Formats: sequence, C-alpha cells, structure tokens
Amino acid sequence: MVNPNPFNVRFYSKLGQRGSFAAIMGEIAAQDDDLVVMTADLTTLTGLTQFREKFPDQFINAGIAEQNMVGVAAGMAKEGKNVFVTTYSNFLAMRSYEQIRIQLGYMKSNVKVIGTGSGLAMGMSGNTHYGMEDLSLMRAIPNLMVVSPADGLETVKAIKKAAHHKGPMYIRLSGALRNPIVYDEDYEFEFGKGILLRKGTDISIIATGTMVHESLVAAEILSDNGISASVIDMHTIKPLDTAMIKDVCCQTDLVVTVEEHSVIGGLGGAVAEYLSEISYRPRQVKIGIPDAFQRVGDYQYLLKENNLTGPQIADRIHEEYGDDGESEPNMIR
Amino acid sequence: MIEIMATLYGGILRFDPKNPEWDGRDRFILSKGHGVLAYYTALAEAGFFPKDELLKFEVNGECLPGHPILNMEKGIECSTGSLGMGLPFGAGLALAGKMQKKSYRTYVLVGDGECDEGSIWECAMFASHYHLSNLIAIVDSNKLQYDGPCCEIMNLDNFKAKWESFGWDVTEVDGHNVKELYDAFSVCSHSSNGKPQVIIADTVKGKGVSFMENNKEWHHSTLSQKQYDLAMQEIRSGE
Repeated sequence: MVNPNPFNVRFYSKLGQRGSFAAIMGEIAAQDDDLVVMTADLTTLTGLTQFREKFPDQFINAGIAEQNMVGVAAGMAKEGKNVFVTTYSNFLAMRSYEQIRIQLGYMKSNVKVIGTGSGLAMGMSGNTHYGMEDLSLMRAIPNLMVVSPADGLETVKAIKKAAHHKGPMYIRLSGALRNPIVYDEDYEFEFGKGILLRKGTDISIIATGTMVHESLVAAEILSDNGISASVIDMHTIKPLDTAMIKDVCCQTDLVVTVEEHSVIGGLGGAVAEYLSEISYRPRQVKIGIPDAFQRVGDYQYLLKENNLTGPQIADRIHEEYGDDGESEPNMIR
Repeated sequence: MIEIMATLYGGILRFDPKNPEWDGRDRFILSKGHGVLAYYTALAEAGFFPKDELLKFEVNGECLPGHPILNMEKGIECSTGSLGMGLPFGAGLALAGKMQKKSYRTYVLVGDGECDEGSIWECAMFASHYHLSNLIAIVDSNKLQYDGPCCEIMNLDNFKAKWESFGWDVTEVDGHNVKELYDAFSVCSHSSNGKPQVIIADTVKGKGVSFMENNKEWHHSTLSQKQYDLAMQEIRSGE
C-alpha cells in the first residue's frame, strides 16, 4: 500500500491528480496481469506514456472514439480483465454516457472510468473541454460509484482501492499541476466514508475534489472572524455518507457545499436531496459553478471568476451566515 | 433472422447449456436487441431453458422482456436494446480472448438499420486495427428500419465496400438459406488472415408470411388468432 512520506506527498502534489493516477497505474499493473488501461488518444496528455512503454500488452488505445472504448472495456471486463478507461471527463461522461449507463451500470461491469481534467482545469481549451456536469450525470446512473479525490495522495489511495473494488466506478480527477496538499500524512480512506478534517460548531462545509483545500483555507479565515466551521472531505459523492452529514451538519446552523462543478446536481444536489428528506435540518448554501458557460481563461482566472478561491468562499459564507454568528436560527423543521 | 439463429445454435456455436458459463464456449451477442424473439427461441431450442418459459415473453416482472438482459443462466451474454452497442462489447470479448490466448470465437448479430449508429463504425475500425480475427459479425440485411426502407431513411449503399474499406473480410449470403449460412460461418470460423469477418445476410423481413413480408408494420406487433393460423399455414406449406 501507499506509504506516504514528505517526499512522495510532494511528488504527487507536483504531478497533480492526473499525473498521480498515471504514476500509480504502473505500480498496480506490476502486480495485476489482468489490469488493462484504455485511452481515447490521450496517452501523453494523461501522463500514460511511461505506462504504455512498460506495459504495452496491458495498454489499449481506442483512438478518438469514446463510445466504442467503453463498450470494449465492458466486454473485456466480462472476461475477467480489470479495466480502467480514461480520457477527459467531459468526453467520457457525455460522449459515452449511454454506454456507461447500460454497459457499465446496468450490467454491473467491473470498469473504472477515470475522467481527467475535470471542472475548469482545461482552462484556455474552453467550454468544450470543461467538465462541469459530470458528477450530475454520473450520479444519476444506478450501480455506479462516484468519487472525487481532494489531492494527489487521495487520488493514489482512491485509484489503488478502485483496482480492488469489483464494480463500475467513476473517478473524477481535477485541478492543475502542483495540486495543493490536503493530506501530508497517512490516513484511512474508505469509499463512502467522508473525512472530517476540521470540527466546528457554527457551520459545516462539505467539499469535494479541489474545493476541499479551498474550504480549509476558507474555514481558517472564518475562524479568524469568529465563525467556527467544520470541514468534511466528501470524496465519495455516491453512495453519499449521509450518516456523517446527519452527525456533523445537523448540529450546526448552516451547511455549505463547495464543488468545482455546476451547482446543479453535483455534491450540492446530492446533499440537498438528503437534507430535504429529513426534519430539523440546517439551511444549505450551494457554492459551485453557476449554471452558465464560462468566459474562457486560465484555470486560476476561472476559479476567481466563479468565486471558488478560499477567501472568496469565506466571503460568501460570511455574507450568508452573518457577522456575529447570532443571526436568526436557520433550522428548518 | 431465425435461420441465422438456427444455424448458429444448431451447428456453429460451441456451448453447453448445462454449464452456461463454460469458459470454452463461443460468445454470441444479439446487438440488434429487438430481434429478441428469435434469440429466446434459439436459446430454448438449444436447451438453455424449457420451451414453456417462452410464454414468459413480455410478461410483467419476468426475465424475457422485449430486449435481452444479461443472464448467464439462460445463455444471454449481454444486455442490449440501445443500438450500436453490442459490436463494441463483442470486440471487447474478442480482444480479451486474444490476450488470454483462448480459442473461443465471438459472434455478433447486428441489423442493417443499426449500422446508422456511429459506434458500429468506431468498432469496425477498432476490430481491424487490433486484428480481431476471432470476431465474426453478421448483418441481418433486411433493408428495412423503423421508419421505412433503409435506402430512404439513411442510405447504406456500397455496404460490402464499406466493411471492406474498414479492413474486414466480407461474405455475402442468402440469409434464408441455411446451407449457405452454414458454409459461410464454417469458413469464417477458420479464417487465419488476421482480419475480423462480416457475413452480410440478405434477408426479407417477415419471410414466409405473405402479409408480413417487407411490411414494416410487423416490426413490432401482435397476431390475432386468425392471423396466427394463416401465418402458420403459410409457413408449413413453405417447408
């Protein structure tokens, strides 16, 4: 298993989530002859060049044809292959959506779908390349597990666990190179179990993917302003850790979901669906990408434009919660 | 397509209904999932389930609906119904078979109308690029699709040349002639030129029943008792 140390934690951070994925696949392939990695003409861009050279018999390039790639993956999985398919998240989640629904979800195929460059990470490539709706789409498919790691180390942990998990799964990789580090030492990672990174008494922030780090920054700023915030890394969007939401969030006045994804149907949607079913729930604020196509720019520009940096998240929460923390109770009965 | 199914399950495919997951079995995928009645019938004839279970066809909550669902116990390898998906799945089975040096062959039955789907041609490229000589596609070429004749809805002209240009070996047969089908399958099954194989089976939709032949109204419909009696009479007199 992963043995995190200051060296490899920095290494994974430098590689970003996409690079961390590529780096760890070689390690998995060395121990699993049945592992097959498929790409749709993105070998270099997903950092898989070394893998292709080292494991040519376990690497299949399907060309620019995502629908066929997912179908072939399902067929190989049926014959016992442990298949990972990967390309940009938008192409996977949308171009091959029906194949994922029927040939992976419906047939419970053991295929891991790795969507890279998700969220706004594709920057100057523009809206055609942004993955803003993938969580919403993937979450709607029965039997599919949906995972979004927070940093390089969590990506490594998720991918390694995924290689031993039997069943269809979507893993969303986002962020740039030099991914901010959330985890600098070893910790327990289990699909479907959120991680409480910070315990607070006033509000609860539930974040996923790159927004976990930004939410920790926001919580620190809020703390300086007298607002005590819990922060949860909700790395598994489906199945959602509703027990943790009930335990942590329902003890606070406001729950805030933060994601680098449309505010429609992603983590925020999943949490809202749960909260709407229970009594005595806090009000929810959904922070994410508004329901709009973007004015194109680089990654940092896009995060700022969408108010998704730590200080901007803190400002928004401050606005919603009030200065003194003594505002009208937000509990909905 | 019943003659295609009868030829495959009666003389070509290697399988063991008592051991439906036998690793050495040939794999069959019905990509044109709407042709399911001929599939269920062939599976029942082949011994995968008792023939009286066919009466569960399109019965609420039963396992024989209008498009097949993966069910290894009954010999069904793949859930299909959304067109263009069975061929890529079959290519995956064939590729895994090659990787694992297994001798099974994979047969996929597609419709000609189904070949409007882009994923069929994505897979046509893929199968020849990866030399999937253990993959045999059969096109039930009945020249009709839901809205009318294929040539009017979406022209598939030069169909043979299309497959050839994608790197496949093509055999054209009369899809109602069991001997021709048997011979074509036998040749394909032993081909060693590294190319995937396609058999284009020239068929007439509703063959043998005067009021059904080439009549798109019978793509999906239910017979009255009178129509059933007439159809059976015509089929028997043609035997």
